[in-house]
Amino acid sequence: MSLTVKSDPSAQAAGDDVTEQPQQQQTAGAGGDPYAAAGSVGSEEGTEAVYTLAGGDWDEIAREIAAGEGESPEERIVVNMGPQHPSTHGVLRLVVETEGETVTEVRCGIGFLHTGIEKNLEFRNWTQGVTFVTRMDYTTPFYQEVAYCLAVEKLLDIEDQVPERANVIRVLLMELNRIASHMVCIATGGMEMGALSAMIFGFRERELILDIFEMITGLRMNHAYVRPGGVAQDLPPGAVDKIREFLALMPTRMRDIEALCNENPIFKGRTEGIGFLDLTGCMALGITGPVLRATGLPHDLRKTQPYCGYENYDFDVVTWDSCDCYGRYRIRMDEVRQSLRIVEQCLDRLKPGPVMIEDRKIAWPAQLALGGDGMGNSLDHIRHIMGESMEALIHHFKLVTEGFRVPPGQVYVGIESPKGELGCHAVSDGGTRPYRVHFRDPSFNNLQAVSTMSEGGMIADLIVAVASIDPVMGGVDR
Amino acid sequence: MSEKQNLPPTPEPDPGTGRSEGAALPQPLAEQAAEVVAVRRGMFGGNGQDTSGYGRLVRRIEFPGQSPRPYGGYFDEVENELFGALEERDLAPERAIEKVVVHRGQLTFHVRREHLVAVARTLRDDAALRFELCLGVCGVHLPEETGRELQILVPLLSITHNRRVQLAASCPDADPHLPSLTGVYPATDWHERETWDMFGIVFDGHPALTRILMPDDWPGHPQRKDYPLGGIPVEFKGAQIPAPDQRRSYR
Repeated sequence: MSLTVKSDPSAQAAGDDVTEQPQQQQTAGAGGDPYAAAGSVGSEEGTEAVYTLAGGDWDEIAREIAAGEGESPEERIVVNMGPQHPSTHGVLRLVVETEGETVTEVRCGIGFLHTGIEKNLEFRNWTQGVTFVTRMDYTTPFYQEVAYCLAVEKLLDIEDQVPERANVIRVLLMELNRIASHMVCIATGGMEMGALSAMIFGFRERELILDIFEMITGLRMNHAYVRPGGVAQDLPPGAVDKIREFLALMPTRMRDIEALCNENPIFKGRTEGIGFLDLTGCMALGITGPVLRATGLPHDLRKTQPYCGYENYDFDVVTWDSCDCYGRYRIRMDEVRQSLRIVEQCLDRLKPGPVMIEDRKIAWPAQLALGGDGMGNSLDHIRHIMGESMEALIHHFKLVTEGFRVPPGQVYVGIESPKGELGCHAVSDGGTRPYRVHFRDPSFNNLQAVSTMSEGGMIADLIVAVASIDPVMGGVDR
Repeated sequence: MSEKQNLPPTPEPDPGTGRSEGAALPQPLAEQAAEVVAVRRGMFGGNGQDTSGYGRLVRRIEFPGQSPRPYGGYFDEVENELFGALEERDLAPERAIEKVVVHRGQLTFHVRREHLVAVARTLRDDAALRFELCLGVCGVHLPEETGRELQILVPLLSITHNRRVQLAASCPDADPHLPSLTGVYPATDWHERETWDMFGIVFDGHPALTRILMPDDWPGHPQRKDYPLGGIPVEFKGAQIPAPDQRRSYR
């Protein structure tokens, strides 16, 4: 669209304007075509100028140009980056106001991936909720599952009854998931600044973990494997060996990425001092995770408020003190190392035992056997309810049709996801379905820092800053 | 219905679905006062298709009320410090704080909405409290709790002392206004927008309270209980499939 404004503020030109004004209006009026006005104005050489502008507040821009104040209008561009843009990390829309290459204002537009998961949860029973929450942040499915299950277990007051083996498996899967999530972050972040090898490496390494997930849960993503009371199945035979192979392989793969990036002058030039956010900013904006730890504060819920038995594992909280994107990258790489340490300890701690709570009402439908048709089933259970016990059949019917009840109340549970504090606020009205479940997704909160991190920098640095937050829009929009 | 007079004193666990025998599962809230937030009748949701004979069941939904002291852990200390600090700021604690609930190991201050900002500021600034991080605003819609239909829960975290507390506030449906916490915790900016978007709670003092997840011109607030869950009408041999929230379903 074009906007026609008086460009010459000099007195002489203004004088000319006054005389020409009626003539102009006449032309427009005579033609009867309102769009012809611009053409007729253009014929008045020297007194009028046509600017091509897009975005921003029209009235404000027109007034500024007319008054000849503010920055030069040719230099001021409002760029709409996304929502479909390869370098905005999913369907994130960034409304960027620039002056040349410098970003003067950024606003985030989110909500393009809103799927109403929280609303849908209210129409399914408590166990089915896991299937929904796992789809929120699709790079960290186990974290949503665990946060949700911890909240439900807290409402049920059965946290102490979750078997040890289930907790070890949860930690094991969460830490593998942390590695996978950090790999995606480094892969996509690297790709966005042109380090395509980093992307190839990152996704290749992630695939190793997804293979393990597939072996254990049957699915690469969206597992619904962690359930209130424990986990759905025990580890399959061969899983521990496969994880051990991965543990042996991963450090060498890590060295590949680090050799490529850590001291790479281009990589450092793109990330060092970029996306600066100090501790004060983090506290004000509620930022957690690697962004917070890059300011030097060793805040990690796994250490400070352990859950799932994290107090039994030996690991370090990684910090960096540069407050920039490079520090966040280094923290992620070092956290992968710590996660490998934890996974190794998990394997040593795995003792045979149940993986689901003893209470059969909460446990159902876990630990089904694989039937001949490939579907989960349990022939022993079917024989019991169909042939042996009428009461068991009634209980089975009630459990399958309505699920278990959770006493009324509300709880908030926070766990340390790869991106920061993932919170689950669960409300029960004593029914068989969640009354309300709300997820405090770390990416949702952390995206608020985009403006602070990138205003005053270059457009190219904005991309790097967003990548260092590692937002996943599935979690942001839910 | 005539059951109104002789409501059972505690919610009767449903014989078929109640907690399993003997397990250390939640008891009726013993000494802790309980607050009835809703009364449900019958066993099924949906629209009067209940032919099961359970239509006269009455179940009271009770949320935990004011907890008896001492609460245990750091909760007593936090409460004492908060009440002391509020008094220093010429705000009588009993005026600001409606009740203190300890439930499932979590401490929640129910704050009267006009004092929400003052209480939050005290929690953030007082050296003995120092709740630096605000983790968002979670809304809940309880349409049956007259006068406090819309509620929020604000979880706070103190990294200095490694403590958690929650603030709760409520407002009636007819006057859905709560003060914005953005002045104290800028982090609540998007969370309050989300709560406005989903519940229609107006946060007074918020710099730009616009929809964040739903489109700008969306009618209604989806997370409210009176907002239906969408359902595409599917017809099968003349039968209408109701949307999930209209179906006959267990409570």
